[in-house]
Amino acid sequence: MAKIKGAVVVNTERCKGCALCIEACPSDVLGMSKEVNTKGYNFVYMQNEDACIGCASCGYVCPDACISVYKVKI
Amino acid sequence: MEEIRLMKGNEAIAEAAIRYGCDGYFGYPITPQSEIMETLMELQPWKTTGMVVLQAESEVSAINMVYGGAGCGKSVMTSSSSPGVSLKQEGISYIACAELPCLIVNVMRGGPGLGTIQPSQADYFQAVKGGGHGDYRLIVLAPSSVQEMADFVALGFDLAFKYRTPSMIIADGIIGQMMEKVILPPYRPRRTNDEIRQQCPWATLGKPDNRERNVTTSLALEAEEMERTNLRLQAKYKEICENEVRFEAVNCDDADFVLIAFGSIARVCMSAMEIGRKEGLKIGVLRPITLYPFPTLKIQELAKKAKGILTVELSAGQMVEDVRLAVNGSIPVEFYGRMGGVVPTPEEVLEQLKKQLVK
Amino acid sequence: MTTQDIIKPENLVYTKTSIMNDRNMHYCPGCSHGVVHKLIGEVIEEMGIKETVIGIAPVGCAVFAYNYLDIDWQEAAHGRAPAIATAISRLLPENCVFTYQGDGDLAAIGTAETIHACNRGENIVIFFINNAIYGMTGGQMAPTTLEGMKTATCPYGRDVKLNGFPLKISDLLAQLDGTCYVTRQSVHTVPAIRKSKKAIRKAFENAMAKKGTSVVEFVSTCNSGWKMTPHQANMWMEENMFKKYPLGDLKDK
Repeated sequence: MAKIKGAVVVNTERCKGCALCIEACPSDVLGMSKEVNTKGYNFVYMQNEDACIGCASCGYVCPDACISVYKVKI
Repeated sequence: MEEIRLMKGNEAIAEAAIRYGCDGYFGYPITPQSEIMETLMELQPWKTTGMVVLQAESEVSAINMVYGGAGCGKSVMTSSSSPGVSLKQEGISYIACAELPCLIVNVMRGGPGLGTIQPSQADYFQAVKGGGHGDYRLIVLAPSSVQEMADFVALGFDLAFKYRTPSMIIADGIIGQMMEKVILPPYRPRRTNDEIRQQCPWATLGKPDNRERNVTTSLALEAEEMERTNLRLQAKYKEICENEVRFEAVNCDDADFVLIAFGSIARVCMSAMEIGRKEGLKIGVLRPITLYPFPTLKIQELAKKAKGILTVELSAGQMVEDVRLAVNGSIPVEFYGRMGGVVPTPEEVLEQLKKQLVK
Repeated sequence: MTTQDIIKPENLVYTKTSIMNDRNMHYCPGCSHGVVHKLIGEVIEEMGIKETVIGIAPVGCAVFAYNYLDIDWQEAAHGRAPAIATAISRLLPENCVFTYQGDGDLAAIGTAETIHACNRGENIVIFFINNAIYGMTGGQMAPTTLEGMKTATCPYGRDVKLNGFPLKISDLLAQLDGTCYVTRQSVHTVPAIRKSKKAIRKAFENAMAKKGTSVVEFVSTCNSGWKMTPHQANMWMEENMFKKYPLGDLKDK
């Protein structure tokens, strides 16, 4: 059976750390960084890269359009 | 082709708008100017020139329709009378700040409040001092004949587009309602969208790939940016004051006494002048045609030779303040006015001139 | 396969629409406005109507909508967007005109403009963000504020005896003969967002087909004004807002 693997790229300067993507992710991929961006916001990053299935739920719910999602079948 | 007709001032406005190639009229009925929209609706210009005519749900809505159309570079207009023009002030302030060209017609009636439907000139302050909030001015044209009602439509639009600022025609119930011979200008085709794209690169007609997006707005949250907007507006008003003053001066060269009046009452003053001249009084009449920009320099010139000025208005005395500012105390500036829709006779005006100036 | 191997242009499945520019939006973290902006941009891009669309921005938080979507815009006075859209649509009948308005703008100060534009069946799209509060001015009561809901101008909760009832204006607009499509959506979950996007597309298609006025209400959150986290606000909206403002089509003709 083909396995699907995804990856998320966060534009950390656009991210405001609202965490809606963390709630929306069905695979618990995303986490909040301890660092802040130049605006002072914590931003989201891939905490658990292997779990990502590229469903793009994080991207859809993101109010700041800061998430790009990539997906491959392997 | 030009055409000679006998018509009301209000009807002349409507006819002239169609002939100018006006793209849209948006209004709300109010006496004494309802004939403007009524004439347009009867003529159905959307079937001939393609001009849009729409009765809005309020004056507020109508002026915002004008904002929308003007933002697209279209030649759009509205008309109303005093209480309705008060309602439009919010929109006019936005249009002035967003630097959009349009034409607003105020056929004034007596106020304040709901007032009366009789003629008045008591919206002078509102028209020439801004009217709405913020530092802005309108180009204000004051017709005193049906012919000028027709002519000032084109002039108002041309100046509005030249300076990207709203023009206002302030007439009164007399000019709006009276019938006179008028020579109507030939029909001019409406501008195409391509012509607008060339002439008004700021117009919001839809964003092609080869330019940045166009935004009409009057908002700037940063103080410095808003000051820059204001400075740009002020520079424009200065240019308007330097180039666009219009007036009619009759028998002013040898005048000892000058009557200063605009609109319908200027015609009464012309008659008063004629009667006075027969009695041996050297009277002249200065009729400002543009109330903004105001003929300040011309008045200063007259004040060097004349013994006194009587400003006559259908109000408690509004333009007289600008006359006094121009004269700056060098000769007496007196005032005579009637309010609430009462129009004085030439004899009354002459009597006031004698009483207040000749003595 | 490493994450870096996956991140290649040919594997891209979701990214910011090209209609939305790179300027950071001024909205509070988690604000629904951003999602709706994004969806409008995505639909404009997918329909290929960028050159014909003209947007009207409101007064309120979305006043700066014109800073983010790369189309021509006009910025309206408070509540007057439907009047502006009316004129543009009449003067440029081949263009696709939409307003973007909040609850105060559309359902309080601009009620007359809204109702009459809809009643004339103006060929425009109205996007209506209903978050039951005035965001930009600091969280005051809106016409759509729920009974008992606390805001800066009803700090003890909205008392209907004092302030009247929450206004279901979309229901009212659906009654008008001029509207062809009135729907109420939300953007708080992936399925809801997909439905919202379909609604936006349908509204734009109606305008292109000159069917009349389409109104898309988005029941939204204002987590700052509601004094909650974005996630809590979504939960609160589901529990409270949807009872008063149930999702679904109110009219589709």
